Amino acid sequence: MTPEDLLYTKTHEWVCVETDESDEKIATVGISAFALELLTDLVYIELPEVGWDVVAGEPFGVIESVKAVSDLCSPVDGEIVDVNERVSDQLETLGNDPYSSGWLVKIKISDESGLADLLDHAAYRSQCKEEQH
Amino acid sequence: MTTPTIAQRTPLFDRHVAHGARMIEYAGWSMPLQYASIIEEHRHIRSAVGIADISHMGRMRFEGPGAAVFLAELLTRRVADMDEGQVRYSLITNDGGGIIDDVLVGHYHNDYGQPYYVLVVNAANREKVAAWIDAHLSRERAEQFGDEVIWSDVTRLWAMIAVQGPRSVELLQPLVDADLHTMRYYWGVQARILHPAAQRQGGIVTRTGYTGEDGFELSIGASIAPGVWEALLELGKPLDCVPTGIGARNTLRLETGMPLYGHELSEQIDPFQAGLGSVCHLTGYDFPGRDALLEIERQPRRLVRVGLELSGRRVARQEDAILANDKRIGKVTSGTFSPTLEKPIAMGYVPPEFAVPGTGLQIEIRRRPEPARVVQLPFYERKKKGKKK
Repeated sequence: MTPEDLLYTKTHEWVCVETDESDEKIATVGISAFALELLTDLVYIELPEVGWDVVAGEPFGVIESVKAVSDLCSPVDGEIVDVNERVSDQLETLGNDPYSSGWLVKIKISDESGLADLLDHAAYRSQCKEEQH
Repeated sequence: MTTPTIAQRTPLFDRHVAHGARMIEYAGWSMPLQYASIIEEHRHIRSAVGIADISHMGRMRFEGPGAAVFLAELLTRRVADMDEGQVRYSLITNDGGGIIDDVLVGHYHNDYGQPYYVLVVNAANREKVAAWIDAHLSRERAEQFGDEVIWSDVTRLWAMIAVQGPRSVELLQPLVDADLHTMRYYWGVQARILHPAAQRQGGIVTRTGYTGEDGFELSIGASIAPGVWEALLELGKPLDCVPTGIGARNTLRLETGMPLYGHELSEQIDPFQAGLGSVCHLTGYDFPGRDALLEIERQPRRLVRVGLELSGRRVARQEDAILANDKRIGKVTSGTFSPTLEKPIAMGYVPPEFAVPGTGLQIEIRRRPEPARVVQLPFYERKKKGKKK
């Protein structure tokens, strides 16, 4: 996945929406490189279990660095259908490859309306620029 | 509508920005949180050397024939018997024995042989301490011939740079005309800075720090601080020296079990709870809070400060509840991930019966209890080299 093709939440999660073989819309969610750079020194990530329901804008997990803990927020309403357990054991995966092997969860979307609020790459980049100042 | 307060800038602000630091507001000051990774900065200080801007610390200078007597009446620690060059850790307590601040007091003399004292106070407490001093320094004392005390807040006039780590002597020695090899821990001297950037100015160098490593703290005029900062970084290149921020300062002091005001210390906490009874000299002279402390010393402790190690990866933070058998018995005052031990560590207050090292407790982190074990402080202690001749 290339960062340019993804959608973003204001809270720095990236989202890739695809349609699976049974015609369900699946959102793959991760954390942007910008957010990871801000966090630095990751020590812990807590991810949900398969089958959990998530709500757009609400936390589905937490990520913790030396200095603070932050919520991971779901970009959409839906159900967790897959969790990338590997990142919990190897947090460096996140930093090394946030847009591919560093994905966090896959969500079967139950309500697509949340997608309209997401930012495209250009809009997300300008938000990050503002946050840097 | 409230007007947002503008964070004060240290003389090194531009240097931090130029070196790519992430700036945060800390105790009313704009300070570097980190330049790159907190863990990496922490490890540089444990294994080599790092420098940190600590110009946010409040500095107050006292001179005049009554300075020693006045300070002795303010601090929980004796001052009158301090030799020139000596530095002491002390507390300032209120009338009830609560901790107003924890401070360093140093005794130096200037180029003309006149003695003076410098009090280093926490940034967040600077105004409170200044008000406390004013309230206790009577007009008679301030003005009476033979007893005069002149004091000034020199925080904004002086920068302060911490040089910390096993290679700090190597880094700093070429820059000062004092012999750092023979300087004892908690001693200091007014010295000349041997670098063109210092424009022949002097400063105070003390063998003190807040990291648990060997190291020094350098107080110099604000105008020369940026040049000296750059000189340290340049000289430090072959020594693996890096600039470090407030983030690493916190993980370093926590591993060393040192209390931080606003976390382990407050006006609601007395020195005995905090494990600082040894810096309160309760006999032979008087200071605010002494009578209360004599009484508190006799009473059984309700809560005491402990170190806690967690077995999981989740990090306990200030205000998290400490539980024993599902019952809340205390709370966490500081917590972080220890880069040296590679596990979460915390400090907090619990009743004495739970303070025995080895006691198993839980810390409630985001509504879920996490196993924790009481451990002896400090979490980390450097291996001291044999004394040099």
